[in-house]
Parts: sequence; C-alpha cells; structure tokens
Amino acid sequence: MTIREIAKLLNATVCIGENRMDEEVEHAFASDLMSDVLTLKETPMLITGLCNVQTIRTCDMATLDIIVVVRNKKVTEDMLELAEDNDMVILSCAYSMFKVCGLLYEAGIKPLF
Amino acid sequence: MHQEYTVIEGDFVNAGKASSSVKKTLKQLNVDPTKIKRVVVALYEAEVNAIAHAYGGKVLVDIDSDKIKMVVADKGPGIPDIALAMQEGYSTARPEVRDMGFGAGMGLPNMQKNVDKLNVTSEVGVGTTVEMEVNF
Repeated sequence: MTIREIAKLLNATVCIGENRMDEEVEHAFASDLMSDVLTLKETPMLITGLCNVQTIRTCDMATLDIIVVVRNKKVTEDMLELAEDNDMVILSCAYSMFKVCGLLYEAGIKPLF
Repeated sequence: MHQEYTVIEGDFVNAGKASSSVKKTLKQLNVDPTKIKRVVVALYEAEVNAIAHAYGGKVLVDIDSDKIKMVVADKGPGIPDIALAMQEGYSTARPEVRDMGFGAGMGLPNMQKNVDKLNVTSEVGVGTTVEMEVNF
C-alpha cells in the first residue's frame, strides 16, 4: 500500500513528505512509548499519539521515517524542521489509534510480530 | 576522533542532539548502518537518562577505525542499586519523563542489548557514569 493510499484511507493531512507519497509501506507499529520504538530492529511505519520533538528524534535514532500522528495532535514547527532534515513523512489524522490500526490492518498492512 | 557534548538537566527539547550528531559523523565515515543504529540507540537512551534523572552531564565520544567508545557522565543522585536498575521494567522516572514517551524502565537494558561492552558506575549523591563500546 502506498503512503498516498494510506493518507486517503485515514483521511489524513500530509504534514511533510509530499515527495514520498508513492512509496510502499508493508509493516506498521503502534506505540506512544518511545522506549518500545527504540527496541525495534525493523523499520516499520509508526502510528503514535505522542506528538512532540522526541517522537521525531526517536524515529531518527531508530531509523523510522514514516509517522502517522493520530487524534489531531498538533505537529509543531520544531518537529517539522527535524523531520525535514531527515527526509521523513508525517501524516496527521483525526481518528483514534485503535481505528487507524484497524483500518490499516484491514487494508493489508502487516504487524511486525 | 574525539567529540564532546554537554547535557542539561530537564532539557528534553535537546535530548538526542549528541546522538544525532554522532549518527551524522558515523554515516560520513561509511560505518555499517546496523552498527550505527546500535550506537545511536544506546547513546540516545543514555542521553535521555542523564537529562531525566540527573543534573546534567557530559557525553564523550571517541571514534576509531574499529570501534566507538562513548561515556555519558552525569552529576546527579546516582543509582543505589545498579543490578535493580538494569532490570527491565524498573523505573524511578518522573511523570514528565513518561510524558515524553520514556521512563518505562527499558533504557539500561536496551543499552546492554545494543552495545558490545557496557560499564555502569555510580555513587549515590555524586553521579553516574555509563561507558559503552560498539565494535565496527
């Protein structure tokens, strides 16, 4: 599934990363706990309700570069700057994390484990 | 190559700046990306710990052709029982640390998983020093 299709399915806004919309996504991981994200060896798309600069920094360290922020949390300027430096994609949507996970799972996005 | 960074107590906005800079340097040196990830995840965990638990400190990094050595030395309350702190799930983090997505008691165990050598020394009321090495 492409990032563009994911954005459409989730009725999401593309905050940054318009240039990467045709890339395919296979796996996703959902967490508000960055400590959990830092234990991943794989590099899935991250679905999170944690919306601050450490979300982006954690993704940078864990080499994750596609992020879906749920529940309409405000993606701040400093987050966007850091995301731009690292060529990341950030989608923002109004749905709950449960709904986002359900929709993506139904559409064929796989869990890591 | 030697690099030094200062870590400031409670400065979560800048947590990870040292790790981010080390990541850029290692990329320029064409280090294997899986090794880079192990280095920066471990260093980032240590950096967040120094910011979250201590009153600030220093990050010292030495990069050779075959390995990286990292020392995160803080001035702070110290760790009374290091073995307990190494246990996954044990945490003394404040609510504001948890609000940033950390403080689940996974930092030190995750450092251990990612590095080839880990040495934690601590004196209560003085501070904690975390020494880590990753072989390239």
